[in-house]
Formats: sequence, structure tokens, C-alpha cells
Amino acid sequence: MMAFIQKNKKTILLTTLVILNLCVAALGDDAASAGNKRNTIEIRDFAFNPQTLTVKSGERITWINRDDEPHTVVSVGKKFQKSSALDTDQQFTITAGAPGTYEYFCSVHPKMTGTIVIEK
Amino acid sequence: MNNHNHILHDHERDGIDRRGFLKCMAWAGTGVLWTVTGGVLASRTLAEIAKAGTSVHAATDLSFLQISDSHIGFSKDANKDVTETFKIALDRINAMPTPPSFLIHTGDITQLSKPEEFDTFDQLLKSCRTKDVFYVPGEHDVLNDGGKLYRERYLKSVEAKGSGWYSFNKNGVHFIGLVNVLNLQAGGLGQLGDEQLEWLQDDVKGLGADTPIVVFAHIPLWTVYPQWGWGTSDSERALGYLKRFGSVTVLNGHIHQVLQKVEGNVTFHTAMSTAFPQPAPGTAPSPGPLKVPAGKLRSMLGLTSVQYKQRKTALAVVDSNLS
Repeated sequence: MMAFIQKNKKTILLTTLVILNLCVAALGDDAASAGNKRNTIEIRDFAFNPQTLTVKSGERITWINRDDEPHTVVSVGKKFQKSSALDTDQQFTITAGAPGTYEYFCSVHPKMTGTIVIEK
Repeated sequence: MNNHNHILHDHERDGIDRRGFLKCMAWAGTGVLWTVTGGVLASRTLAEIAKAGTSVHAATDLSFLQISDSHIGFSKDANKDVTETFKIALDRINAMPTPPSFLIHTGDITQLSKPEEFDTFDQLLKSCRTKDVFYVPGEHDVLNDGGKLYRERYLKSVEAKGSGWYSFNKNGVHFIGLVNVLNLQAGGLGQLGDEQLEWLQDDVKGLGADTPIVVFAHIPLWTVYPQWGWGTSDSERALGYLKRFGSVTVLNGHIHQVLQKVEGNVTFHTAMSTAFPQPAPGTAPSPGPLKVPAGKLRSMLGLTSVQYKQRKTALAVVDSNLS
């Protein structure tokens, strides 16, 4: 039994080391590649903050809802995938595609609008 | 009752003067009887009616009740138990000496359009002794499916067209339920859309100008506060089709507070929510749920009763809170 626990401990230790290594690798990648960079748009008081966000193609963009009211993220002209209704603290992430300027809004409260500028 | 129940000064051209505004504020928490005759607004508070010993229901041909914005599923600080406050509203309806002929729910039945939220609402409503309910959707009822689930559940007793609009007649009054929460455009307000407006024009074409009209929709059909999206972009066109009628009553929800406006023969009225209050226009950074002290919450929730007497153009609109 004791041997089993020790073996398990060893496994846990090894797993932890592997995960830590992966994390370090991921951090390294982050600096090198744009793919893992996080760009966050906070939804608060019925507004997207920042209202205009400039990112590089391939970067990820995450919206997070900090209101007590559900909001959505919907592209004008359906140029990127829309979110489902985001309740408090829920998130929605997309990966920036082709360079260009993308307008979006909340389909529940259409006065809420924002812009994503994607650069090469 | 004093003699100043009409607009004396309308500097903002918004159909309300300072005196009227202060009265509205006083009434909002107490319940009020509105009568509209020939476009002139007169009013009595519920306390005054009680004092005079007259019943709101005396010689009434038709009475119905508006409930709104129940937001079943909401559990944030502004009201952690919206089920309980909805139950209280139903208890109030069941306690009325003359039960209303039917209910109108002006939308936001649920918080997130979830099937289980609709289920809870339906289950709670079973305790209401008034069984006929007419619905229009709020934006919270059509969140992810464009209103499919809502339409399957709540339009069984009407001949709905398009995304769910319809009309029906009761005791000589023509009722019109409109949908203004779908296909909203970036930067815009509530919207009815061409197809619905054409239907409306056709729907009222054959009616005599003396037919009382009641229009109900979720988002206000008058511009309450566009900065917060509290209005409907093409409502002017809808109201244009109703201009020739002697009595038009417009009942809305969405803004979780009582506001009134009279324009010609049209009376606009928004109802309280049964779930949580929202701030008065422009008094907060956003129109999000308003947190008030626990003891004050019920005074800011409520329902609206409407009576119609035949051979009079007046419809009486009475708001009462849940405290």
C-alpha cells in the first residue's frame, strides 16, 4: 500500500514537472508567436472596454462580461462567429482572422458597439 | 382632488410638466388610477379611491392585468429570489375581488431563455386563477434561438404571424401584440420591421375609429431614453396607422418602472417588473439592475391593472406595487 502511494507520489511529482515544463514552454511560445497572446475586452456598464481593440492576425480576443445582465458579441455583417448569451463572468474567445476592421455589437442591447482592427 | 391633473407647462415638449413629474414620482410607489378621456389625463391615487369608497371595478365591462419582466432565473444582488416576488404578484392577482379576464405579459419572462426557466415560470403560473395569458417576447426570451422556444410555448391560443405578432378582440376592444426585440441593428433601438408594420396597417384597416385599441410590446413604443436603447426606431410608423382612433393605449415593459406619456389620443404606459427595478433614465452609468435596500425592493416591483367601460373611450390604468 505504502509502495503504491509512493509510486503515486512519484507520478504526481513527475506530472507536475511535466506540466511546469509545458507552462514554461507555453510562456516561451507566447513571446515568440502571436497565437497565444490574450487580448481581453471587458463588458461593463453596458459598454465594451476598450471600445476599439487593435490586434495582430492570429491573436486571440476574449470578451468577458462583468455586468449583472447578459450580453452578446455579434459581428456586423456576420464576419466572425457570434457568441451565445454571456451571463455574468462568462467569456467568449475568437482568433483574429484576416486583416481589416470589424464592427460588432450586443444583439440584446444594440446601443453597445465595438470595433476590432486586425493588422497583419 | 385638485384641478391640476393636466399638463400646465411642457417646456421639454415631452408630455409631462414638473408638477406631473412629481406626481408620477409620488404615485410610482403607491398605485394610481388613470382615466383618459379625449386625450386629457385625470388621475386618482389608490388611497383616494379607497377614501371615496368607490371600487375600481364598479360597472367595468372588461378588466385585465399586465405583468412584466419576471426574469425567472435572475439571482443577482438586485433580487436573489425573483421566483418569490413573482409568486407574490400572483397572490395579489388571486386576491383581487374581481379577477381580471386575462393577463398580458409584456416580455422578459426569463433571464436567459433557458428551457428550465420557462418551465419554472409555467409551473408558477399554474397557481394563478386567471388562466388566459397573452404574451409578447422580451429580448431575454429570444437570446440564442431567435425566439423559437418562446413561440412554441406562448402563442398557442393566438393566430400569430411572422416572428410572433398577433391581434384579438375582447368586449369591443382591439388588442395588438407586437414584437420589437428581434433582428436589432448595431447602434439601434427596438425594431418592428417592415413585414410587421405592413401587417399592422392591414390589421386595423377595417376597424371603426371608435374602436378602443390596446397595443402591447416589450420595449417602449415611444422614445423614453435612446441613450439606453429605451425606444423603438420605427414606432412612429406604427402609431401613424393608429392615429385615426379615438383611444389608443400602449402598454410596455422593459424599463422596470412606471412612466407615462400622453400624445393626442394615445396613452403610453410602462409597467414595473416583478423581479428587480432599473434606474430612472440617465441616473446611473447604465440601465443594469438597480440594487435597493431589501426593505424597499417590493415597493419598486408591481403589476398593472387596466379597466375598460363600454360607451366610454376611457381605459383606466392602475399600477400597484408588491409591498
